[in-house]
Parts: sequence; C-alpha cells; structure tokens
Amino acid sequence: MAGVHVSTTINGDPVEFVCQPAEVLLDVLRNRVGLTGAKEGCGTGDCGACSVTLDGRLVCACLVLGAEADGRAITTVEGLASGGRLHPLQEKFIEHAALQCGVCTPGFLVAAKALLDRNPDPTVEQIRYALAGNLCRCTGYDKIVRAVQAAAAELATDAAQAGKSGKSKKTRKQTAA
Amino acid sequence: MSHDASLTNRNFKVVGTRVPRPDGVDKVTGRARYGADATAPGQLVGMILRSPHAHALIRSIDTSKAEALPGVKAVITSADLPDKVNGRRDLLDILENCMARGRALYDGHAVAAVAAIDAETAKQALKLIKIDYKVLPHVTDVDEAMQEGAPIVQPWVRTAGGDPNKETNVSQISEFGHGDVEAGFAEADVVIERSYKTEQTHQGYIEPHACLASVGPDGQGELWVTTQGHYTFRNQCAELLGMEIAKLKVTSSEIGGGFGGKTHVWMEPVALALSRKANRPVKLVMTRDEVFRATGPTCSTSIDVKIGVKRDGRITGAKAVLRYQDGAFPGIWGMLGAMTSWACYDLPNVKSIAYDVLVNRPKVAAYRAPSAPMAAFAVESTMDIVAGAIGMDPVDFRLLNAAKEGTRASYGPTYGPIGIRATLEAVKNHPQMKVKLKPNQGRGMACGFWFNFGGQTCATVNIGVDGTINVSVGTVDVGGSRASLSLIAAEELGVPYETVKCTIADTASLGHNDTTEGSRGTFSSGMAIIFACRNAIEELRNRAAKTWDIPVQDVHWQDGQAVALGIQHSNLQPLTLAQIAAKSPRTGGPIAGHNEVVADGAGVSFASHICDVEVDPETGATRVLRYAVIQDAGRAIHPDYVEGQFQGAAAQGIGWALNEEYIYGKDGRLQNPGFLDYRIPVCSDLPFIDTQILEIPNPGHPYGIRGVGETSIVPPLAAIGNAVSNAVGVRLTHVPMSPPRILKAIKAERSLAGDRRVSAG
Repeated sequence: MAGVHVSTTINGDPVEFVCQPAEVLLDVLRNRVGLTGAKEGCGTGDCGACSVTLDGRLVCACLVLGAEADGRAITTVEGLASGGRLHPLQEKFIEHAALQCGVCTPGFLVAAKALLDRNPDPTVEQIRYALAGNLCRCTGYDKIVRAVQAAAAELATDAAQAGKSGKSKKTRKQTAA
Repeated sequence: MSHDASLTNRNFKVVGTRVPRPDGVDKVTGRARYGADATAPGQLVGMILRSPHAHALIRSIDTSKAEALPGVKAVITSADLPDKVNGRRDLLDILENCMARGRALYDGHAVAAVAAIDAETAKQALKLIKIDYKVLPHVTDVDEAMQEGAPIVQPWVRTAGGDPNKETNVSQISEFGHGDVEAGFAEADVVIERSYKTEQTHQGYIEPHACLASVGPDGQGELWVTTQGHYTFRNQCAELLGMEIAKLKVTSSEIGGGFGGKTHVWMEPVALALSRKANRPVKLVMTRDEVFRATGPTCSTSIDVKIGVKRDGRITGAKAVLRYQDGAFPGIWGMLGAMTSWACYDLPNVKSIAYDVLVNRPKVAAYRAPSAPMAAFAVESTMDIVAGAIGMDPVDFRLLNAAKEGTRASYGPTYGPIGIRATLEAVKNHPQMKVKLKPNQGRGMACGFWFNFGGQTCATVNIGVDGTINVSVGTVDVGGSRASLSLIAAEELGVPYETVKCTIADTASLGHNDTTEGSRGTFSSGMAIIFACRNAIEELRNRAAKTWDIPVQDVHWQDGQAVALGIQHSNLQPLTLAQIAAKSPRTGGPIAGHNEVVADGAGVSFASHICDVEVDPETGATRVLRYAVIQDAGRAIHPDYVEGQFQGAAAQGIGWALNEEYIYGKDGRLQNPGFLDYRIPVCSDLPFIDTQILEIPNPGHPYGIRGVGETSIVPPLAAIGNAVSNAVGVRLTHVPMSPPRILKAIKAERSLAGDRRVSAG
C-alpha cells in the first residue's frame, strides 16, 4: 500500500516521514523517527505508557494514526527537558523515587505535565484522577503523586520568582516551553 | 525501629541514605532502553500463531502458503525445535510451552511462528498458516481437574510417588508439619473450619515480553531481552537449541517489571530459532493479549483451613489442605503454599497438605512470594474468625501464637532472630488503629511470611585510575538495586556514593548469576560486592605497602584510605584510594576485586498490614480508605526503594483482593486478556500507602540484609478480606472480592438471617 507523506513538528523540531495509512503514531515515533521513550504497554489505550501530546492535548499514541500528525505539534518525553536542564517533574520523580522499573515513567511525566499545564495547583484527588489513565505496577502510585505535588510546588515558586524578576525571565520560560 | 548494630557490628555511613538512583536520568528522559527498544541492521519482525482452543490435538500444520508469501523469511513449528535435552522433562516443559508439540494445551499456546520483513507481512503470514485441530475436552478449574473422569491435561503425568499406571492431573502431593493435629483438635475448646477460593491473577508488568535475537550460521548468537535472569535465559536457550553456552551472549535490557513473570523463557528460543533459520536478526515483541493468554499467571486455588484453639487463645491444632492449579505443566506452587501457610506461628500440632494440579491454562510462573498470598488469605481469614469466636482481639490472638527465635517452623527449620512479633507490636501501636470507623467501614489486619533466597552470585569491582569505581553485577535491576548496590560498594570501600557506577554485566562479561528472584538482588549481589570490595582492599593495601616499602600487615584500611600502623611509620601520611589508584599503572597494574559465592544465609521476613475499607452496600464496591505496611527489612540499604517495594507489593495485593481475575468461558478461552477487562489498580483507586520499616538484622548477611521485595504481597488478600468482612458483617471467602461477589455474599447472609448457625465448637 502506498505510504502517506507527513510533515509535522516533534518536540519543536520539523520532522517529515512516510508511513502506512493504518500505522499508529506510536509505531511511527518508535520505528521511523527513532523516539523510543513512548512505550507500548497494551496497544489499546488502557495503560498510558505511550502518552504524548498532540497540539497540547494528551493522547495515547497507540490510538492516533501517524497520518493524523500532519501539520500538528507532538511532544514526547524526549521533549520535556530543555537543554541541559531536566523539567521539574523529571527532577522530582528522581528525587522522590517515583519510579522503580521506569517503563511507565515517560507516560506519567507527559500526563503530569499536561495536568500541570492546565491546572498548576492540583489537589491530591485531581492528581490521582488526572493520572488514572496511566498504569504503574511497581509503585502503588504513592511516590508518583508526591513527586507531582512537589513539582507543582516548585513550578509555582519558579513562576512567582519569574513574576518578580520581570519580563526577561518570562521570555526565557516561554522559549523553553 | 532502628538498626540493631550488635548483629552486624557496624555503624553505617552511606548505607541507609536516600541518594538519587544512577539510572534516574535515563528513565525520566526516555533514554533508557527496554526490551522492545533495541534494533539491529537487517532485523526481521517475528510473530507467533497461538491456539484458539483450550485443548486440541494438532493433526497437521501447513505452512507452505505462508512461506511462499513475499517478504516472509522463516516459518517454524515444533519440528524446528527438536528435543536436544534427552527428554529432560523440566526443560522440555519449557520448550513445549514455547511451542506446542502435537497438542495445544491452553488458549494462547504457541503453535507456529514467522519472521518477515515487516509487521504487516508477518501478520498476513500468520493468517496463511493452516492448522488442522481436533478439539479435545478441557478443564480449567482446579477442583474439577482433581475429580475422577476429568479430562487429562498431560497423559505422561503421574502423581509423584503414586500409582505408576494411573493417568492424573495431580502431579505431586506435598506434606509439611509436626505434632499430632488430630490430638490438637481433640484438645481444643473451639474448632473452626472454612473453605476458600482465590482466582488466577497475572503479574501485570507494564512491559510485554520482548527480545532481539541474532544467530549466525557459525553457531554464535546474541540475545537482547527483557528478563529477570539473563544467565538463566542464556542457559535455557542454549540447552534447548543445542548451542554452546559460551557462544550465546545475552544482554538484559532495562526491565519494565517482572514480579516473577520474567524468570524463565517464553518465546526467546523461538526468536533465536527464527533468526537461525532466516540468518537475520529477529525482533519478537508480545502483544498485551499474548502476555495475558500465554505468560505468567499465578495459580487459582481452593483451600480448606481448620484451627483448634483453647479459650485462652492458644492454638492447639492447625491444618490446611491446599489445591493449586499450575496450568498445563507440573509445578511446585502448591508445595510452596503448604510451606508458607503456617510460617507466622508457633504451633505444637500443624499439618499442611498440598496438591499440585494441572489444568488447561497457561504454565504458571512465579508471582512475588509465589503461592504465599493465597495460603495467607485462607489462614489469616480463619485466624480472624477464631479470634472472634473466642472473643479475643485479632492482633493479641496473633501475638499470643506468633513464632519467635527458636520456634520450629511448620515447614521444618528453626527460626533465628525474626520480626513477626515486632510487626504485630507495631500494628498495635499504629495510629491507624485508633481512627474511628463510620458505618459501612471495616478494619482488617493480617500477617505474611516469605523465605527469601540467596543463590549463585558473582561480582567484580574495578578501580579506575581516577579513583572512581565500576561495579559489575549479574542480578538484573528490577526496581532500583543499582542504587542500593552502589551504596554498599561505597560503604565498604569508604568512598562517596557518587564515585561508584554500577552496571548489570552481560553474560559474556561476568560469571553466572542466578535470576533476580526470591528477593535476592540486593541480598546476594550486596554480599558478593562486599566480598569483592574486601578483595580489592587487600590489593589497595598491597599497593600502599609497596609505595611505602613497609610490610603489608602494617597497612590498615580505614575510611577510604590506607593508613600505616605503628609508631615507626608515623611519618607516613595516609594514602587515599584515589592516590593509590593513580599510581596503579606503576605499582602492578589495574586494581580490581572479585567474588564468586553461593549466597547462603537468606533471612526470612515477615510483614503485618492494616487496612481500612468502605463498602457500598448497594453496589458492593469497595474503597480502600487507609493502608499501612509494616515489614522487617533486616537492614534497609536505600529506604526509598524499600518503601517502594512495600507500597508496590501492597498495591498488587489490593488489586488481587478486589478486582483482578482471569475469567475463562465454558469454551476454555480467556475472556479478559487486556487491561480494560483485567483491571489493575489505577492511581485514583488507592490511598497513600503508609510504610514502617523495621530493621531486625539478618545474621546471615554482613550488613544484615533480608530481602524486601516480596513479603508485602502476602498479607493484603487477607487484610482486605478481614476488613471487608468486618464492614459488611459477612465473611468473604472468595478472592477477588469484586462487587458482584460482595453483593451475593450480603444477599445470601440476609436470606439466612434468623437461622444462622454459628459454627463454633
């Protein structure tokens, strides 16, 4: 079957690929683009290990066709750190031992970032429900929830400092985002 | 409880601190490579065709059309996997599980495999394979499989020690205990007897089985695989395929969870055989459907428990009869259930009888403290009923009968220092016990035991010229052990944690290591690293002595440096490890330490859990409100990851207790092979899980380590069972306690109300 030519943006970079019409975005990312951070845990949208954002919206990459990425912007776990600095969520996951085997971690980080982007100060319950689409079999979620709380607190402190120190810092943050 | 230094004679400096894990950055950036994340030039896609029948004769397999499909490079069946092990049944069982030999034994049993240039072609090829099945009668329930006239799963199976002419599904009967239980029951004031059932669950690791196999016509091969034991995988694959062990290099990828399910091979010999036939690398990755249907699960069980007790609470007799289904191949799972069933208690008269039973379900694999949770569910539920019958507090009742140092365990050995009583005391003092419950809420507690294991271990410590340390181990890191093992090396050498880098070596780079199972990773590799460090310290002292030109016996190792002892050497400034390392090219070459050991001395571990639940009487749905884990760790090397093991094990137990179950249809097919219908706990299902680490050092380990990974999956089934039963006022005896089962129990109780018999006495 003839391939589909797709022009898209992945983690801020322009990317072009050719994929089969029935090929899911997860397979494209992993097998054609070489980004293996998103994992296949189920292939049916039940585990969230392949979580990515598509134009800022959290999706399971196993339920999106590669062809649907055309003209849109994708963020994967590989796009969370900016330059040499980890995203506060990434730092807090390490600091709070919020991962054991780590295979679900990319999905959790992408989903948690999507939560904090729309709700910078979530309650424990809001965190638990926002992450209910991501399965973790190792941790019992305890340390994951705590890491997300800690990251939210740090981002709030960063934002307050950025507000105080004026415009230049804001510009830097926007570029990083 | 703080660490009792009297048993390890040691005050720790870095052990016990909460350092960042060395693989953290890789795992939060997506850089860590798991089973499915590797590629090789020219690789093919492997796929497996699986039986849709629970039990069927395979009359013929026609692969000609699949082979003719353009892009297909190899098709194999059991004909390509001949017996290379002279009929050795343990290995042949593993091979037959990888690929059916004449009969499909369960829904999902592999029957053929293909390797093709891409996934689409491989899928098409599977559809072109024609199999002529003759469907046979099947059995999936453990009690039915034991009945006369039940379909026979494996015609060659005889009960060990039984009638050599009688076909049966009971592969072995095991018995443990001491004393005279019948006399014990006769002596009792109250005797309680109950029957229980638990359904089959899966380990549920998020990463499906995956490997990348490459074998050339020269007989050399490489395997990249997600596994708990790459040495075990190497040995099994080499033996099953008739390869030489040294010529198959196996590298363990990062592992996305195992919990016992990745302790033996499932499809890796198939991938290697495909690669050998196609002469190209083959990547084989299971789907979630395949993972559920053909790998892993633990047993479903049916258990009877009888306890006799004096009015003062002392148990006079205890007996369990345990029936465990092992899937389509003989296993030891019932035996382990029998061994663990009464291990928490000090009993004068005790007996456990276990039946290992074959059914048409997947070959059972270890699942975290395998077999113990089901036995504990039955025993610990009955313990609560007995406590209620004699009007005693359930914690006091357990404390009165708890095992202690010197107790002869029901499975044979006599205990050294153990933590069961300490965990029970901690339960009594836990703040959760004082929280007032509301209507429809209930509290339960339960105890659990696990043996822990040591086994063959090998480690190397290499000291770089800049004084940094490479530690190579062969136990796969399933949950943060590289951090713990780096802490141990840093502690022993007296250097900062940050200077140590711990790597899981491939099978060509280090001697054999047993699989990471039995909570042995930190216990056994920790032991080997301590000895390897001491070996390296010997050499560091030699080099210092050489540098100073003094006798080596005058050189002492202290806080990461060589110190010259004696007034005659008072002019010599200590030499740090880094200074000695920098001189090493001129003082005798590289400095390393090695150790090969059978890590004996594993210390048994105990846990007690407290659980508060609320049950909705209209829907039967249960919510866990509060949960506390108290477990003896021996010594907690990295407390964060010890807590993580406690919490993760409890969460798996909660899922098992309330939701998870394999559901088979009348046709013997698995009805729910996916995470939508096999529902493991999600983030919004659980509360924060409180943990309390007790440290009663294991005298069998230089640092007092016991192993912490498994024990805490043992109490939850019973703790929740007791909590739910207390909440609804009806005893729940069937796990999972899903909403329909709870509603049914409530309704049955209501219809019985009025003429309920109290079966005490």
